[in-house]
Amino acid sequence: MTPDVRAEIQDLYDAYAEALDDGELERWPELFTEKCRYEAMPRENFERGLPLAVILCESRGMLEDRVAALRKTSMYAPRYVRHLTSHIRVTPEGDDFRVRANYAVLQTRVDALTEILSAGRYLDLVVRDAGRLRFREKRVIFDSVLVPNSLVYPL
Amino acid sequence: MPYWVYTDPEIYRRELERVFAGAGWAFVGLEAECPEPGDWKRTQIGERPVFVLRGDDGRLRVFENRCAHRGVQLCRETFGRARELVCPYHQWTYDLRGRLVGVPFRRGLRGKGGMPPDFALEANGLTELCTHVRHGVVFASFAAAPPAFEDWLGAAMLHYFDRVFDGRALRVLGYSRQLIPCNWKLMFENIKDPYHASLLHVFLVSFGLFRADNPSRTLMDETGRHSCLISMRGDPASAADTAEMRSFKGDFTLRDPTLLEPVREFPGEATVVMQTLWPNLIVQQQSNTLATRQLVPRGPGAFELVWTFFGYETDDAAMTRRRLLQANLMGPAGFVSLDDSEVMQLSQQGISPFPDAQGRLEMGGRGTADEDHIVTEAAIRAFYAYYRQVMEL
Repeated sequence: MTPDVRAEIQDLYDAYAEALDDGELERWPELFTEKCRYEAMPRENFERGLPLAVILCESRGMLEDRVAALRKTSMYAPRYVRHLTSHIRVTPEGDDFRVRANYAVLQTRVDALTEILSAGRYLDLVVRDAGRLRFREKRVIFDSVLVPNSLVYPL
Repeated sequence: MPYWVYTDPEIYRRELERVFAGAGWAFVGLEAECPEPGDWKRTQIGERPVFVLRGDDGRLRVFENRCAHRGVQLCRETFGRARELVCPYHQWTYDLRGRLVGVPFRRGLRGKGGMPPDFALEANGLTELCTHVRHGVVFASFAAAPPAFEDWLGAAMLHYFDRVFDGRALRVLGYSRQLIPCNWKLMFENIKDPYHASLLHVFLVSFGLFRADNPSRTLMDETGRHSCLISMRGDPASAADTAEMRSFKGDFTLRDPTLLEPVREFPGEATVVMQTLWPNLIVQQQSNTLATRQLVPRGPGAFELVWTFFGYETDDAAMTRRRLLQANLMGPAGFVSLDDSEVMQLSQQGISPFPDAQGRLEMGGRGTADEDHIVTEAAIRAFYAYYRQVMEL
């Protein structure tokens, strides 16, 4: 694997964090292939082989629907999030890349101190699609089974 | 409704005694969570830690989660499997029916020490609760002689309980847990309040999953402690009925509609039945997403909401996928439930600084009878009528 590819993968994760942290949710689905899978689940479901996720999307359309729902239908108190991604480990798999990374998401509600919303790992499959890298699979496994009230933005 | 009922530590302490550890049956889990002898599940009733254990005789029992010796919690993971339960402190050992079978150095060491000669193993087993299993759902009671479970629910509530728990073996699909910063009663009120659903939940409304103009009913048991909110999916909304729903988005469509392709699976017309069972359970059936939601209070200002999503052993792959996709409506990130957890937090934030202020619960009048529409808070009033008896308030 060349340093160029490694840098390109790092760029993908940076773009992912930026889209969500800058509140530009519409850019989030573009980072996935048309046929894709995004799921966020607590560690206990993952470890016990239980399929339930708190967010499950099986296509880019579903990612777009989630963004649209957050924009148009959901009621939630305003907040900021900040994704910190580290320890990105890439394993080539044919033309694709298995990627494992740690993440933490900080959340800041208006008038409140910054808190840790979630910490965990990404278990992803990154592929080359129409000239750029995108996620075909993104599995978010969060460590604390307990969510501090709500999970508004994707992890 | 005085606001101190959501904030007062003394009221909360009394609730733990009388509501959660009181006369009735509290939800502790599903039989499918402990399928084999030796399987255990840790949970809580109120703030009291308990665990469900399947014995070597196949029977499910519920015990207080504490060693008879020094109170150390025996089960320290959420789930596990054991051949015997050994306390880590002094290795007191219990069998799979909760009987104390081993006490190290019970006879002392080289003639010195040990337990008194009148110490009896059989008098020092784990403290067992009364347990009742109905169609795969496990309930327990701290009462010495709780009422018959069927009487506790009453015929009307039992009918709707058996609608989802019809005796088919259940398959657990997974868990979701939220720490919600509001008083536990606000959660029950939320589910007993069909009025909000057509106004707050734009997602539900936009897809006809719950709307003011859908045929609906609110049912209670004779005491008012339990209730059911029942609704039927309607035709696309007419302008007249949605005029007062400012949030209604008639033009909102899904890019990928496979998220929401419900199929009818229960007899009758209802497409949504949300049942609240005193003191700690909500049974959710919204289209094909099924879950128990267990309430575990954490002081007057917070509670843990434990969602156990399930289907049936007989579900095919398509049905399981449907349930998992529709689960996007629920939980901490749910298209619907997100609104609730957020609004309940706002409610508690508004209530807490004003314990002497009062809220109003007069939608649909002041009565506590069943209703066949959604513009009512009757089930909340009925809940509090029973609550006041229990709490002697």
